[in-house]
Amino acid sequence: MYRVLKREQIVPNIHLLVIETNNIHKNAKAGEFVVVRVDEEGERIPLNLVDWDEKSVSVIFMEVGTSTRKLGALKEGDVIETLAGPLGRPTEMIEDKSIICIGGCYGIGALYPVIRAFKQNRNRVITAVEGRSSFLLYWQKKLQEYSDELYEITRDGTKGYEGHINVFLEEYMKDHKVDLIYCQGCTYLTFFVSQITKSMGVKTIVGLNPIMIDATGMCGVCRVIINGETKFACVDGPEFDGHAVDWPNLLARRHTYHSQEQKSLSFYECERYG
Amino acid sequence: MAEKLKIVPKKTPMPEQPAKERVKNFEEVPFGYSEADAIVEAQRCLQCKKAPCIAGCPVEIDIPGFIKYIAEGDFVASIKKLKEKNVLPAVCGRVCPQETQCEIVCTLAKKWEPVAIGRLERFAADWEAKQGESPIPGSLPSTGKKVAIIGAGPGGLTVAGDLIKLGHGVTIYEALHKPGGVLVYGIPEFRLPKEIVYREVDYLVRSGVNLVLDFVVGKTATIEQLFEEYDAIYIGTGAGLPWFMNIPGENLNGVYSANEYLTRSNLMKAYLFPQYDTPIVRGKYVAVVGGGNVAMDCARTALRLGAAEVHIVYRRTKAEMPARMEEIHHAEEEGIIFDWLTLPIKYTGDERGWIKEMECIRMELGEPDASGRRKPVPIKDSNFISQVDVAVCAIGQSPNPLILQTTPDLKAGKWGNVEADSKTGKTSKKGCWAGGDVVRGGATVILAMGDARFAARSMQEYLETGVW
Ligand SMILES: Cc1cc2nc3c(=O)[nH]c(=O)nc-3n(C[C@H](O)[C@H](O)[C@H](O)COP(=O)(O)OP(=O)(O)OC[C@H]3O[C@@H](n4cnc5c(N)ncnc54)[C@H](O)[C@@H]3O)c2cc1C
Ligand SMILES: Cc1cc2nc3c(=O)[nH]c(=O)nc-3n(C[C@H](O)[C@H](O)[C@H](O)COP(=O)(O)OP(=O)(O)OC[C@H]3O[C@@H](n4cnc5c(N)ncnc54)[C@H](O)[C@@H]3O)c2cc1C
Ligand code: SF4
Repeated sequence: MYRVLKREQIVPNIHLLVIETNNIHKNAKAGEFVVVRVDEEGERIPLNLVDWDEKSVSVIFMEVGTSTRKLGALKEGDVIETLAGPLGRPTEMIEDKSIICIGGCYGIGALYPVIRAFKQNRNRVITAVEGRSSFLLYWQKKLQEYSDELYEITRDGTKGYEGHINVFLEEYMKDHKVDLIYCQGCTYLTFFVSQITKSMGVKTIVGLNPIMIDATGMCGVCRVIINGETKFACVDGPEFDGHAVDWPNLLARRHTYHSQEQKSLSFYECERYG
Repeated sequence: MAEKLKIVPKKTPMPEQPAKERVKNFEEVPFGYSEADAIVEAQRCLQCKKAPCIAGCPVEIDIPGFIKYIAEGDFVASIKKLKEKNVLPAVCGRVCPQETQCEIVCTLAKKWEPVAIGRLERFAADWEAKQGESPIPGSLPSTGKKVAIIGAGPGGLTVAGDLIKLGHGVTIYEALHKPGGVLVYGIPEFRLPKEIVYREVDYLVRSGVNLVLDFVVGKTATIEQLFEEYDAIYIGTGAGLPWFMNIPGENLNGVYSANEYLTRSNLMKAYLFPQYDTPIVRGKYVAVVGGGNVAMDCARTALRLGAAEVHIVYRRTKAEMPARMEEIHHAEEEGIIFDWLTLPIKYTGDERGWIKEMECIRMELGEPDASGRRKPVPIKDSNFISQVDVAVCAIGQSPNPLILQTTPDLKAGKWGNVEADSKTGKTSKKGCWAGGDVVRGGATVILAMGDARFAARSMQEYLETGVW
């Protein structure tokens, strides 16, 4: 059992959750994740670590289905059943390079420890956060601390660049040279970014989010095809070269339980709200 | 000879759920012996002076000893005798392959059916459970030494049981959110109710074992980091890495590893979805590839999840199947269809990425291979296609590389296993022992427990003398 120290909605549908533990901080590194299970009936779901210290870890999550809905209903002082980590391979560190770091939805939070580590390794960090509208962007101040440049992109143009991430990337890349593009967020964003940067010929690392259960290499549900080879995202990833990912396969696998997920959510809502 | 007259040639039968009924539920198949059944069966034992059955048991249970007490109706003494050597009698009574361990060497087995040792073991343990919480045996005074055990499978639990009695401080670190290893995530409820495993773990916890869940050694802390706190470490992390066949279409939706399929159903209780949140695909036409206990468990789970037709696809014949006879028999009774001498070579999917068909090739048995079994070879142009909506790959597993990758001075064996001395369980790293599936690859519960028993002895010696 792990105590919830804080649960706060940051922007609509996206929450920060701080959970008490003194086990995870010792080995935690940027790019790693934890597995949480809310209650006895709950699923095990992976969430990126966004911060940690001797007493707690923090995650940022987006409410999409039953598990994240349950997480969203937690209050300070509640407990969750399972918290395991850190899991996965950390972000591969490089030094003295120029890196564009892109985040969307929960990935904006997931960027935080990664840009911190990039910055501490003397990289030039260009951070770009994107969302449907300005009210869905968050943590710009926190990110600014470790960014040399920070850009905002909104689809409705209420802040920064108007349109999708490609608008920013195409313009920025016209007169800048970067060594790496790094991206965290939903599968569509990581896919889209990989498509764009492929034609630009810039190495691109993306955090993938296939379905997982144990997240220690035991079940194999998170398998992804990288350069034609099957890898387990939980132990071989979750970060991979975006140009080597078999995207159609990943997108299809993410939808395996689509109809059950809907059933689960309506079951949960009926139980909860009658 | 008067003695001969006393011999009852056959085992006392054990009542069980009829096949037609049980395929609709996840409840345990056999009901177990009544007190009267158990006494009758126990009386079949000849109480051999040089009991060959004891030598057949990897944890050296005093078999005639515990059986004698049952024959006399003294069940308290019987379970006490069992627990002297086995911390998991209710588990072993159910899942051990007695037919190749103790029963095969039973004196009676020369001419008749052996004593039903497994059923009697199960009886004694279940009888005790019915009496309420079992008393905890006394431990020796604290030695001040601390031992870490990695993995709460049958091996790790056995080491914990042995070392706690000797007065050491024992902590088990388990990656998952429930203890028990394969007993909990792999073996289905209808073969081994999880309550039984939790009861046996609870007994250890009440004896003073510290159980830490959600702790992935190699990630949460490395073995090296654990040594800052512990005097000795036992690695009992099992063989949890599932194998795939590397054939086209294996990453389609609806294609599972046995580990995933069973973990969803057992550990996460997907068979109770949506009361439990974890889903599982309830296939109509299910193919399970493989011929071991794991394949039988997957096939029988698929039936219970409502499949209309379940096939076991195995590349050799029934005679070569590594599964326990009892499991094959149960699967046959339940209507599982066996496709012998058949090898899948390809899965094809629909436009949404879901498995639709499986292409197989027929095999025939050729020359014996290294294992002494005749090697299956494909028959040319014998390919055929069948319709499936779930396929489960149950062809084997090997140890998870996490521990080896994060412990540089731990020597690896040929196929990713941890190398350990077969008599003591000592690894190449000082203060570190290993046993069970992480050393042997997929083996059995009782072999894991046997390794654990030997390692615990060696660990005790080391903790006492400091000599490696
Ligand atoms: C390594 C890793 C790290 C992750 N880190 C985070 C994180 O830091 N924060 C976070 O919020 N999520 C993260 N995810 C995704 C997260 O695990 C899932 O969102 C979660 O499992 C959803 O569970 P659920 O029961 O709420 O929704 P489900 O019922 O499983 O899904 C509901 C619906 O939403 C869709 N969906 C699920 N997840 C996403 C998504 N991420 N983007 C778009 N659609 C989605 C599903 O396809 C489905 O249609 C991560 C995933 C992985 C593998
Ligand atoms: C489906 C199935 C059916 C079977 N049926 C039978 C049967 O009928 N009879 C029989 O005798 N045998 C059977 N077996 C085999 C038997 O279950 C195993 O041989 C036995 O469980 C091995 O015990 P173990 O203690 O070595 O490891 P396991 O039972 O595998 O336990 C290892 C434990 O270590 C944990 N772990 C792994 N890595 C880490 C880490 N890094 N940090 C912390 N913890 C970790 C795992 O989560 C697990 O809980 C079956 C196996 C399967 C898969
Ligand atoms: S070998 Fe058979 S008959 Fe002899 S003691 Fe063991 S169980 Fe009894």
